Amino acid sequence: MQKNTDSRLALWHILIAYVALTLGGVAGILQGLVRGGMIELPYGIGYYQLLTAHGVLMALVFTTFFIIGFLYAGMVRTTGPLLSTVNRIGWIGFLMMTVGTVLGVIMVLLNKATVLYTFYAPMKASPWFYIALVLIVVGSWCAFVAILSQLRYWKRTHKGKLSPLFAFMAASTMILWFVATLGVAVSVLLQFIPWSFGWVDTINVLISRTLFWYFGHPLVYFWLLPAYACWYVIIPKIIGGKIFSDSMARLSFMLFLLFSIPVGFHHQLMEPGISPTWKYVQVVLTFLVVIPSLMTAFSMFASFELYGRSKGARGLFGWVKKLPYGDARFLLPFVGMLIFIPAGTGGIINASNQMNAVVHNTLWVTGHFHITVASTVAMTFFGITYWLIPHLTGRTYTKKLNRMGILLTITWTFGMALMSGAMHIVGLFGAPRRTAYTTYGDHPTALSWLTYEAVMAIGGVILFIGIIILIISIFMMLRAPKGTEEFPIGEVHDDAGAVPAVLDKWGIWIAILVVLIIVAYAIPFGDMFSGGPGSKPWITW
Amino acid sequence: MHIHRLEKIWLAIGTLMLFVFLAAVGIGAFAMGNHPPGHSEGIKLDPEKVYETPPFDDPRIEQIGDNEYNAYMVAYVYGYSPHNIEIPVGATVHFYITSADVVHGFAIPGTNVNMMVVPGEVNELTYTFDEPGEHLLICNEYCGIGHEYMSTKIIVKG
Repeated sequence: MQKNTDSRLALWHILIAYVALTLGGVAGILQGLVRGGMIELPYGIGYYQLLTAHGVLMALVFTTFFIIGFLYAGMVRTTGPLLSTVNRIGWIGFLMMTVGTVLGVIMVLLNKATVLYTFYAPMKASPWFYIALVLIVVGSWCAFVAILSQLRYWKRTHKGKLSPLFAFMAASTMILWFVATLGVAVSVLLQFIPWSFGWVDTINVLISRTLFWYFGHPLVYFWLLPAYACWYVIIPKIIGGKIFSDSMARLSFMLFLLFSIPVGFHHQLMEPGISPTWKYVQVVLTFLVVIPSLMTAFSMFASFELYGRSKGARGLFGWVKKLPYGDARFLLPFVGMLIFIPAGTGGIINASNQMNAVVHNTLWVTGHFHITVASTVAMTFFGITYWLIPHLTGRTYTKKLNRMGILLTITWTFGMALMSGAMHIVGLFGAPRRTAYTTYGDHPTALSWLTYEAVMAIGGVILFIGIIILIISIFMMLRAPKGTEEFPIGEVHDDAGAVPAVLDKWGIWIAILVVLIIVAYAIPFGDMFSGGPGSKPWITW
Repeated sequence: MHIHRLEKIWLAIGTLMLFVFLAAVGIGAFAMGNHPPGHSEGIKLDPEKVYETPPFDDPRIEQIGDNEYNAYMVAYVYGYSPHNIEIPVGATVHFYITSADVVHGFAIPGTNVNMMVVPGEVNELTYTFDEPGEHLLICNEYCGIGHEYMSTKIIVKG
């Protein structure tokens, strides 16, 4: 068990994350049922209001709170108790993010911010919605400062030593987050807030979209990197194996840092105002994340194979049978990994320049991010939760909890296969995302989508059952028998070799990143300033 | 730095595939002219004066050649102007579209017609309608409370 106030800091982040997941889940199931044509919303609640709540609570609040809580706990485990200033900064950040979340949710519930979580201009929400976003982002920057300060202190007191792998990964994640959120912070502070208060009349829509997607793509790597940290560092320990290669793990994180940011145009391939050359430049940079992704896949399965063989597995694939499938702490993230194979493939399709026209803004995309963030990432986070909450509260991971975890894995996988599978298929037929139930005047094309939309709703209901299983599990964890539950940290395999020093310092990598960002964005972004007059605000809901 | 021999092979194959993909996409775009929409840059207009700015002061479909048309269209909450376009089968249509208010989508399910409509900008793409029938044209970007009703038709006469 960790020092009390540090544990509380991590625990509170995790608990707020799950409050957000529960509320977001309620919004999700209702949306699914509306889109499936099964219910109509009572009390004047709007479909798009729920959609905004679902997106903000799941994509921004659940993920950010969980990640920061998890990283704090791992920092304590690998670098020792947080310095008292670091702990204090952590609490300040937590309070800012919590106030921001509450304020944002109130604005959405009041129907003052039905702009979805992407808040595209020139739709104008209440200025307080944008202020809520600023609070969440600035609060998360406190975590960036806290984690980097903690690691710096550790390095000062451990001269000449390689920083612990988990701490390195935590710091990389927060560096990525900081560089990425600069874009959205600039947009919200300099564009949205002055415009929504009426201090300026118009907004440059293209610039606001570009700054959003400068943030919006690395956002997905901010979700993925902590999951990868679990796969690289924690899973080997849980199965009783070793980390395959420390240096390759670090190199892959550095490459993710480089190739996840200067790539936002692949979300804007279908829009005017950006030349095809610059779109293609960013498509190339987008595709380069394939390399660290393949490195990650190799390391995971190498680690599994080494473990299986150490247990006497024979033949090419005998090791597959030796993995501990009955352990939910392994099974949840493992299924998440398997799902990432089709999920990553779908991502390559989405980013393929002109091929994007087939899937852009269809339900295919919704299906895609439900198997990436809502399966690969979320299932890894669920798997972490099963031992992390007991670890933080001085309790134990019981057999009963394990059974709940297995049940959750089955429920989630089944529900997601139905929902996301139907979304992918009907998306290929052109059914739009982010759209309430509609038949477009009984047009045959739209009518042919209805069966799939009903399957989506059924999948959504099953996923909601998954959330209930998870919430019951969390209550069980909080009342589990007292004891100690370890934060699992793997050891590196003996044959892995030494780690070059350049993989433990960010300076050179951040310099390359800045150059890449300038190359990818400077000229097209400059062109956007030469546009005509901007847009006045619209409230269309 | 030590890299396992099998990992080197794995990464080499992966990287090679990556460059094949990129070459396919790049050749498609730059050698065969199959760019994503909006490739002729620089057409900007004042989003508050759409209906005063030619050609959008008169949204229309206009024949420019042998079964070839320009369609000048405006998207607004919650529809498209002109409404219900009729063209003969085999027609090649160059769509030019802007928005009179918020961001909209412009998609014809079952075809590769799919683009964003951004206020202050003109987006464009070209499509040839080879099959007769009544195509649904929908907004696929959330634009407000009536978003799910925003549609029109492209009627291709046989």
